[in-house]
Amino acid sequence: MREGALARRLLIGLALTFLTLFLALPLAIVFVEALTRGWQAYRAALADPDSIAAIRLTLIVAAIAAPINIVAGIAGAWAIAKYEFRGKSLLTSLIDLPFSVSPVIAGLVYVLLFGAQGYFGPFLKSQGLQIIFALPGIVLATLFVTFPFIARELIPHMQSLGNADEEAALTLGASPWRTFLMVTLPNIKWSLLYGVLLCNARAMGEFGAVAVVSGKIRGLTTTMPLQIEILYNEYMGVAAFAVASLLALLALVTLAAKTFLEWRYADEIAAMRRH
Amino acid sequence: MSVALQIEKAARQFGGFAALKGVSLAIEPGELLALLGPSGSGKTTLLRLIAGLDHVDGGRILFDGIDGEALSLRDRRIGMVFQNYALFRHLTVAGNVAFGLKARPRAERPSGAEIERRVRELLDLVQLQGLERRYPSQLSGGQRQRAALARALAIEPRVLLLDEPFGALDAKVRKDLRAWLRELHKRTGHTTVFVTHDQDEALELADRVAILNQGQLEQVGTPDAVYDHPATPFVCGFLGETNRLPVEVRGGQAWIEDRPVYAASQTNLSGRADLYVRPQHLKLDRPDAALLGGVVELVRRHGAIRRAEIAVRGLAKRLDVDIGGGVAPARGERVGLRITKAHLFAAT
Repeated sequence: MREGALARRLLIGLALTFLTLFLALPLAIVFVEALTRGWQAYRAALADPDSIAAIRLTLIVAAIAAPINIVAGIAGAWAIAKYEFRGKSLLTSLIDLPFSVSPVIAGLVYVLLFGAQGYFGPFLKSQGLQIIFALPGIVLATLFVTFPFIARELIPHMQSLGNADEEAALTLGASPWRTFLMVTLPNIKWSLLYGVLLCNARAMGEFGAVAVVSGKIRGLTTTMPLQIEILYNEYMGVAAFAVASLLALLALVTLAAKTFLEWRYADEIAAMRRH
Repeated sequence: MSVALQIEKAARQFGGFAALKGVSLAIEPGELLALLGPSGSGKTTLLRLIAGLDHVDGGRILFDGIDGEALSLRDRRIGMVFQNYALFRHLTVAGNVAFGLKARPRAERPSGAEIERRVRELLDLVQLQGLERRYPSQLSGGQRQRAALARALAIEPRVLLLDEPFGALDAKVRKDLRAWLRELHKRTGHTTVFVTHDQDEALELADRVAILNQGQLEQVGTPDAVYDHPATPFVCGFLGETNRLPVEVRGGQAWIEDRPVYAASQTNLSGRADLYVRPQHLKLDRPDAALLGGVVELVRRHGAIRRAEIAVRGLAKRLDVDIGGGVAPARGERVGLRITKAHLFAAT
C-alpha cells in the first residue's frame, strides 16, 4: 500500500502545517510578545489596577453565567429530549439562534431594551437600576452568546438515553428531585461538563456583544478581551499581550482539563456512550 | 375471591388513537398473569398504567381496593422490570439493588447494614452472588435481567411487572430463564404481570393469560382454557396455528359447497361462518372415506413434526395438516381429511 502510505503522510503533513501556521504559531507569538521586555515588565503589566479589575470582572461574569447556563441548558435540553410538545422544533432553532446571530447584534438588542433611550430605560432609571454599561448588561450579553453550548451538548445525549432510567427510579420510589440527582445527573455528567467547559471558555473570551453593552469604562466595565483591545489601541503592546497571554492560558487550561478528564475517565465515558 | 389488582374499564387515548378501550381485569394475589397481544394491542400501555408511569383517561385501577390515582408511585409499590432493564449504569449491581431502599424517606429507610443484608439476600435469590461490584455494562444479558429483577424485588412490591422480560435475550438464554422465572415465582409468590407478544411464552409460563387486541381484552383464562376454548376468532388465530375454512352452517352442520364437513351441534349460528381448525386436528384418511378431500401439494418439516399442505376444492387457501408418525403422503396424492376438533365463529 505505497500509495496509501503516501496519501496518509500528505494528509497528516497538510493538517499539521495548517495547525502550526494558523493556531500554534499565533498562540506562541502571544506569549513571546508578552515577554519581549522580560519577566519584570510582564508582571508590571499584569499588576496594573485596570488589568486586575478586568481579570476580576471576567471571572465574576463567567462565574455568574456558568450556573445560570447550567440550569437553563439542562431545562432546555430536558424539554426537547424528553417531551413532545407543539413548537418543539421552534424551541430547538431558538437554542441555536445565538450561534447564527452576530454577537454585536445581541449587544445592540440589549442596549435597545435596557439602555437610557431604550424601551425599559426610563423605568429602570426611575428604579435606580443600571443594566447597560454595568455588570448586569455584561452578564446578559454573555448569557446570550453562551447559552447554546450546554444545551447543544446535552440534547443528543439525553435523546439517546431516553426515559427508562428515570421511570425505573420513580417506580422504585425515588422522588423526582432524587431521581434527577441520582440518575439523570450522573448519566449526563460528562456531556454537561464538556458543555460547561466550552461555555466557560466562550464566556471569558466574548468580545463583540460585551463591547456593545459595557461602555468600556476602565477599571469598571472592561472585561479581559476589552482591556486587551484598549491597551493595544494605545500602543501598549507588552501590556496588551500580557493580558492576552493570560486569556490564552485560560483557554489552554480548559483544553487541558478536558483532555485530562477524557484520559482519566476514558473507560467510564466509553461505557456511558456505549449504551 | 380476593383481588390484588382490579382494573376497571381502563382507557387511554394518545391523540386520536385509542390505545386502550375500556379494559377490565382482576388479578389475584400470587398469580402469574401474562398480557399477550400483537404489537399495538395496548398491552404495554396497560402495564404502564398499572405502574403509574401513565394515567388513565377513563376507568380506574385499584390496588388492594385503593384507587391508584390516589397513590404516589412510591406508595403503589410496583416492581417494574423494563424491557431493556434500565439499570443505572453508573451504579454497581449492589448499588442498583439498593436504590429503592435508599430512596425511601429517612424515617422508613433501613440502616446501612440492613440494606447490605437485604441486597445480599436478593442477589442470592437471583443467583448473582459475587457480582455485586460489577457495573451493568460488565454483565451478560441474562445477568442484567436478573439484576433488574432483584432491584424491583427490593422494594417488596405489591405487584411485579415485567415488560417483555425475554425480548432482549437470545433463544437459548430465553428458554433457561423462563424455567428459572417460573421457579422463582413459585418460591416467592409475588403477584406478577408480564407483557409478551410470544404466545408460547405466555402459555408456558402464566397461570392465566389475558389476550389483548386493538386495545380490547379478547379473553382471559388459564392457558388450557384459552387454547382449547378460544372465545373469539382472534384468540383462536393468535394462539398457535390454525386453518380458516369459510363454511355455511345449516341444520347443525358446517358445509363447504355441497359437502357437510363438521357437525356444528353446540352452536346456534346459521348462515355464513368461519371454521377454525388447527393442523393437528386434521387427520388424513382414505380419499373415499372422508367428506373433505384434496391433493397433497407439499410436505415439509416443521420442528418435530411433518406438515402437509393440501389443496381442497372449494377453498382458496391450502390446508396445513400435521402428519403423525405414519407414512407421509406423496406429492400429488389424493387424500381424505377428517376434522377431529374445530371452532366455529360467525363470519367476519
